[in-house]
Amino acid sequence: MIRHIAILFRAHLRDERRAGEVTLVIVPFGMVALLVVPMAIGIDTPLLDRIGPGLFWVVLLLFGTLVSQRQSASLSESRRDTLTLLGVDPAARFAAAAMAGTVLLTLFAVVAGTVTFMLYDPEIANPAWLGAILPLTCAGLAMVGTIATAVTSGPGARSSLAPLLVVPVSVPLLLAAAQATEGLRASAGILRWLLLLCVVDVILALAGVLTARPLEES
Amino acid sequence: MSSPLVTLDGVSVRRSGALVLREIGLRIEPGEAVGLFGSNGSGKTTLLRVLATLLRPSSGMGTVLGARLASSEVETIRPQIGLVAHEPALAIHLTLAENLHLVAALSGVPRSAADEALSDVGLSGASQRRVMHCSNGMRRRAEFARMLLIAPRLLLLDEAHVGLDPDASKLVAHVTAEVTARGGAVVLVSHERERAISIIHRAVEIRNGSLIEATP
Repeated sequence: MIRHIAILFRAHLRDERRAGEVTLVIVPFGMVALLVVPMAIGIDTPLLDRIGPGLFWVVLLLFGTLVSQRQSASLSESRRDTLTLLGVDPAARFAAAAMAGTVLLTLFAVVAGTVTFMLYDPEIANPAWLGAILPLTCAGLAMVGTIATAVTSGPGARSSLAPLLVVPVSVPLLLAAAQATEGLRASAGILRWLLLLCVVDVILALAGVLTARPLEES
Repeated sequence: MSSPLVTLDGVSVRRSGALVLREIGLRIEPGEAVGLFGSNGSGKTTLLRVLATLLRPSSGMGTVLGARLASSEVETIRPQIGLVAHEPALAIHLTLAENLHLVAALSGVPRSAADEALSDVGLSGASQRRVMHCSNGMRRRAEFARMLLIAPRLLLLDEAHVGLDPDASKLVAHVTAEVTARGGAVVLVSHERERAISIIHRAVEIRNGSLIEATP
């Protein structure tokens, strides 16, 4: 199963590299979203500093949904059938898609985070902690998106239903991520929020693996 | 005497409340190529999906390659089933070679076998072309290359001749002959009965979800 996960993970990333959906479309639009707010508010540095981190997480959630739902992540029925007949476990497909989504979402978060620092100049006491907060949050969002894609895999349902599923399930992730960032701004402890991120990620990973087969057969 | 590769007994499939397949009884022996005909919506593709173990019957019993339908036994025999669906199962941003290499890697087959399969279907010159830039005929050829690569015991061809010119149609005959010669079986759905007749040993027809035996 690990071999199948590795093969499919590489195929997902190669597919995205060719399609450029994240790098050429979603990332630039996300940056525009971050750029629009300072243009509307003007050079109110204290206000931008205050709202910057929150806006970053909102942009990550909204555009992260698009990353998870990108066309290259979704398999046509015939490709799903082919993988099933090749003996690929649905849980392996979930893991590969979620891992690829995590990588792409982390890429998005790094670019968006850099732009946020440049435009909003938030005061973060120890930015190195972001190296743990970002991947954990991105992994959670990628798993939520992958599960939502599987749940809404019927034709036409993805674009309308998936965001409705993703947003509420993402609340604990975003709450923990936002509170951890706020803790860094206030030089307070963030370990409990990191722990919450880890727990939610583990729950999502278990949910994804355990529901992969029933969702496929439903 | 060898046991049949497919046995269906009273298999029915209900979808969205409607009966799509009714009490289907079918037996396919090793080395046999069966043509499946019928009008649009008659249930041909649904029957192929049941035979591919991708769709569980609502009622009835059956076995495919010795595994009971609707049981976990089918998971072990799935890699021996090849399905060429109406829509090609290819990643459009990848090249033809990359698609075949992906199948080879997942099946544990050497990459060189994938290149050979592409060559066998006349696509070696286009192997580095992305699927999105390939014609429908080339995509169909790539699907047949996939079948040569995985060498299934049960080959299911949906709309086998669609998108293939007369020369490329020989591929259908070639792949069918390969599978049946190895003692496998082929179920071929085609609207082009004339072309299919020369390949198959036996024809069956579906009307409103019911199977009717016919002769070639």
